[in-house]
Order: sequence, then structure tokens, then C-alpha cells
Amino acid sequence: MSHPIDVVVTGLGATTPLGGDVPTTWAAALAGESGARPFDPEWVETFGLPVTFAATIKVTPDEVLTRPEIKRMDPSAQYAIIAAREAWADAGAPEIDGERLGAVVSSGIGGIWTTLEAWDTLREKGSRRVLPMTVPMMMPNSPTAYVSLEFGAKAGAHAVVSACATGAEAIGYGVDMIRSGRADIVIAGGTEATIHPMPIAAFAASRTLSLRNDDPQAASRPYDVDRDGFVIGEGAGVVVLESAAHAAARGARVYGRIAGVGLSADGYHITSPEPSGDGQIRAMKAALAESDVTAADVVHVNAHATSTVVGDLIEARSVRGALGEDSDHVALSATKSMTGHLLGGAGALETIFTVLAVRDRQAPPTINVETPDPELVLDLVRDKPRQLRDGDVAALNNSFGFGGHNVALVVTSV
Amino acid sequence: MAYSEQEILAGLAEIVSEETGLPTDSVLPEKSFTDDLDIDSLSMMTIVTLAEEKFDVRIPDDEVKNLATVGDAVSFIAGAQGKA
Repeated sequence: MSHPIDVVVTGLGATTPLGGDVPTTWAAALAGESGARPFDPEWVETFGLPVTFAATIKVTPDEVLTRPEIKRMDPSAQYAIIAAREAWADAGAPEIDGERLGAVVSSGIGGIWTTLEAWDTLREKGSRRVLPMTVPMMMPNSPTAYVSLEFGAKAGAHAVVSACATGAEAIGYGVDMIRSGRADIVIAGGTEATIHPMPIAAFAASRTLSLRNDDPQAASRPYDVDRDGFVIGEGAGVVVLESAAHAAARGARVYGRIAGVGLSADGYHITSPEPSGDGQIRAMKAALAESDVTAADVVHVNAHATSTVVGDLIEARSVRGALGEDSDHVALSATKSMTGHLLGGAGALETIFTVLAVRDRQAPPTINVETPDPELVLDLVRDKPRQLRDGDVAALNNSFGFGGHNVALVVTSV
Repeated sequence: MAYSEQEILAGLAEIVSEETGLPTDSVLPEKSFTDDLDIDSLSMMTIVTLAEEKFDVRIPDDEVKNLATVGDAVSFIAGAQGKA
């Protein structure tokens, strides 16, 4: 049963391992490029990190932000602001009463660089050297607060957090703000900046990172038989969500609709997805049930697929579980093969990819799949983009997070 | 080592410029931190923290309210050297 208030996407912004904006990132994704590269070798020497690479951001903030902006914001907020500025300009910088404008730009982990640098300062120099901006920079609501400040978003500034589902859940929350009548426009998305030795050591300790140090660009390989973990990435994705009526009234260009939001929790394990995929299936079914499309309309799925041995297959089976026989005509893309895993930014960036896939009728490729896992029960788009059919189409974007958070968004063409 | 007032002004101007984005040559002794340089209390405390480290001095919290202008800060830092 579809909701009476239709929510559309009118602006896109991103800064990612593939590019400093959405057009560059999307072109690189369609071209099958990898954003993985070796990081500072000193980190490896000093700390003995078992992983030597990551999908680091392509355009660093010092190329686009002022010095005071960089000093006042944790990198997670810097990425968010860069993406939000692009999205807002892309939406035509709409004129709107601030009380009708919301912000929901979240980070999965928060201002970890700031936190750790302040701790280093405290230990090396004592408490009087810890900078006064530390708290507003490390708090996990900092990115959404800065977005709210910059654009005067006064309907509410929120930071929903659900690990690697954060960016998608933020967009879902933004959709709900518009549907509930709290806002006409919401700037929503996710961001992450955790490519620092400590989180890398911690993720490596949980045995979730790829150790393919000899070939970083081939390391993220969802659904390949030789996948061995995810590639940590960084960056942000932000969308401008708008009620369809508001967008029409101002003659805004519309990319697509967020037709349904499905949320669930596994209630099973703090890191492992529930093996039957029950929670994931419920999220996808809920998103479809809330929309005005059915499984028969779904032509594309942007998978969460991080390139872990266990997670990828559970999701593939869940997609089949949710869509049934209609999953036969779904073009499945695992874009983390190119971008790495942006953690809290991933769900937002992949929503952008899903919106563009539906608009352009092009499913982006999955790279590095030399031998598909024989247990993969879906049609994986490999190496080159896949043309999607004309006419009205729908797609799903899946995002799942440590803690058992499942988010599915239904995106439709306009 | 003790810094001359000229060196303190130059060093302070660098800190203020990093914090505010204003050019260093606009950070002059007669400028008011709040009225001319638009520095809020949080930024002022950042400047104080960085200045303490740079010049190896202690600027007590209850002294900060007396530092209305850049020149006030330069004089205070010059006088506080060697007492940290």
C-alpha cells in the first residue's frame, strides 16, 4: 500500500574512492574502476597491520575546503559537507523555509580521527592541550549538525546509526520525515572516515578484511569463489529528498522516487547475519509492501555484498527469498567491488548508484569476479554495465549492518 | 627562549588565520577578537590553547576575558613568558 505523499530524489552528491563528485564516481563505476590503493606504508611498519591497502578518497578535502573548515570538522563531517554541497547545488539550491527543511546525514562510527588524535594529545601533552573543538568534532551527530547549520535545516537534524546500514537508514528516515509532514525537503545520506590504523587493526582483528595485499584492486570481489573479506573504504553520499508535490511546484529535475523503505533487525548476533536471511527478507518485503510496485517490477538490485565469504551468499538467497521467481529477471550489482566498503557511507552511495541505474537504465558492473560462487542463485552483472529494460522500472538497494540492522529501499523510475 | 612582541604578533596572527581564514596581515594589534575578527568563545579558547603551546605560556581562563584585542593578547603572552 503506497503512501499518499510521494518522495522523489532531486539532488545527488558524493565524494568517494572513485571521484570527488557524483558524475566522476558514476562514470568510474560504469567503467569498472577500482578505488583500492595502498595506504601509508609507515602505518604497516609502525603498527604491524596485516592489511596494507584501502579504498581511500580520490579527492582529498584540502583540495575543496578552506583551512578553517578542515580544522573545525572531523574528516567524516568534511566528506559529508562536500557531498551535501554538491547535492544541494544539484537540486538547484531550492528556496525553502528552514522549518520545512530537514537534515539526516549519519556516520556509522563517528569522529574517530578526532577522538584518537585528542587521546594522543592528552597522553603526550596533557589535558590543557586538548582542543576545545574536540567534542563537536567527535560527536557522531557532527556531520548532520554541520549540514543543518550550513543550509539552515531547522525541521530537525538527525543522525540515525546502524553500522554499515547507516547511510540507507538515514535516507529512510528522511523519507519518513517528509511522509509524516515534518519537512518538504530533507538532505539525507551517510559518511565515514575510518581509514586510520586503529579501526583497520580492529576490523582486521574481527577477520572481516581482505588480506589480498599483493593486488589491492582485485581484493574486493563479491560472489567470486576466492573472496576473502571486504576492503575498507571512505567517503560520503548525500541525496536531496523532496515531496513530489514540492518538487513539481518548483519545476525541479527529478532523478527517481524512493517508493518504499523496509527496516528490520535480526535479533540474532552482534556481527554475523542471521543464516536463513529472515531479517533481510523481511526488510525487502516490507519495502516492496510499502511501495506501489511489486517484485515483478524489480529489474535491478544493488546488493550490500561486501565480499565476505558468508555474508554475500546469505544476501543472494535472501533476494531470492524476497522476490521469488521474479528474482530471475533481476540484474544484481555489487558495487563495493569498485568502491570498497564505505561503512556508514555505503548505503547512501549505493542509493545514489541505484537511482542512477534506474534513471539511465544501466546496472553498474561487479568487477573481479573470475569464478562466480557456484552457490550464487542470481544473475550477477559482471565487468560491464547491463542495459535495463525501458518502461517503468523498480530497483532495490540493500544495506545491512553489524548489530543485525537490515535496510531495503525501493527506487523507481519517473 | 623569549619571543619578542613582534614575533608573538606574527605567531598569533598565524593561529588566528588558521582558525578564521582571515589573512595574517589583517590580524593587527588594535583589532578586537569579537568585534573585528568575529571570533566566538569556542574559537577564542582554541586560539588560547594553541597560543599556550606555541609560546610555552599559561593563559588562565579568568584572564581570557581581559584579552579584548590582539594587542592585549600579545602583551599578556610577552609578560607571561618564563612563568609557565
